Amino acid sequence: MAADTDKTYGAAEQAASGGLPQLDLSTWFNQIFWLALVFAALYFVIATFILPRLREGISERGDRISDDLDQASNMQRQAEEAEKSYNQALADARAKAMSVAEETKKSVDAEIAAEVETADATAERQAEVAEANISAIKSKALANIDAIAEDTASEVFARLIGKAPSAAAVRSAMLN
Amino acid sequence: MTSDPMQQFQIKEKAQLFEIFGQSISWTNSAFWMVVAAVLIVGFFALTTKRKLVPGKMQSLGELSYEFIANMVKDTTGAEAMKFMPFVFTLFFFILAANLIGMNPYAFTTTSHLAVTAAMAIFTICVVIVAGIWKNGFKWFKIFAPSGLPLPMYAIIIPIEIISFISRPITLAVRLFANMVAGHVMLKLFAIFAAYLAAKGGIFALGAIVPVLGTMAIVALEFLIAGLQAFVFAILTCVYLNDVYHVDH
Repeated sequence: MAADTDKTYGAAEQAASGGLPQLDLSTWFNQIFWLALVFAALYFVIATFILPRLREGISERGDRISDDLDQASNMQRQAEEAEKSYNQALADARAKAMSVAEETKKSVDAEIAAEVETADATAERQAEVAEANISAIKSKALANIDAIAEDTASEVFARLIGKAPSAAAVRSAMLN
Repeated sequence: MTSDPMQQFQIKEKAQLFEIFGQSISWTNSAFWMVVAAVLIVGFFALTTKRKLVPGKMQSLGELSYEFIANMVKDTTGAEAMKFMPFVFTLFFFILAANLIGMNPYAFTTTSHLAVTAAMAIFTICVVIVAGIWKNGFKWFKIFAPSGLPLPMYAIIIPIEIISFISRPITLAVRLFANMVAGHVMLKLFAIFAAYLAAKGGIFALGAIVPVLGTMAIVALEFLIAGLQAFVFAILTCVYLNDVYHVDH
């Protein structure tokens, strides 16, 4: 075996098999030399290459995640705004529709009222005209009654006395 | 195979390289497995840093590791300590990789050596001391003297605080080292016992099932301990780094 041909390092070890090789001080300097060398090299590689790259990887991911979260919250805000404006538009449209209906109703009512009014006015005017006609006809008729009465009286007198009284006498007699 | 449970911790020289400060530097099994640990960590994280927006499995693992250590530093020390995060990250994954590599047969557990754990612990405490003085000036030494105590109390409190501070690197080093050694020794002892019983033959060979089951249980436990000790080392580092930023405790 290779181990048997290897020279055992440290004089004390060859003398006293069974003692602790760790306490053989003659090997210490060599061990510490290699430890310092290896540890320093390892420290250098870790401090300059490995840790910065791990740190960058982690912080990049952290940045990316927080960016994504920001973006997501932005989008959410936009969605909320869109919803709000949609609701606003809906409410506006509803209000508009209602006002249009009301206005239409109002204008229709106004039209109806105006028409009723004009119809009333026309009817009233016609009634007045009719009334005037009636009273004219009435007075005319009353006037005609007098004339007829006069005519009838003078006729009656003519028949009775054979002589027609004067129109003035008849009228004065009629008025009494 | 020797039946010495300590044999697995032996450092074997593969090649003598050069000398620094009169000490010869050699390529050893320990050095080899440290490099393997570092290469595995870099390889693992190279697969995890694709920087895709939607992470794959590997990238999730990488980011999970990052956030695990980042939260550990933030929760125990505070956000201002994040500049120490690469250090804690390296510590945790180096220890974890070394511990887990040690779970493989024929692999060497670098963290089972006091030299390695003590070096890491002392370096950690040195980081705390240097960063603390760098940031607070000499006011930093107030951590040994909490304010608002009656004057005679300081005669007792200051030595206690100093002792507790000094014991930090010791406990940090010994905890990891002892856990690793104890686990591996126990594993080896159970395995040796199983092999011994099996070699005896007959009714003893049947009895080998008991240490085999024990070995399996210890393997499971050791995987837990491998992760736990890496975690404990890292989180205690964060706790100690607390002294850099919060002098008045």
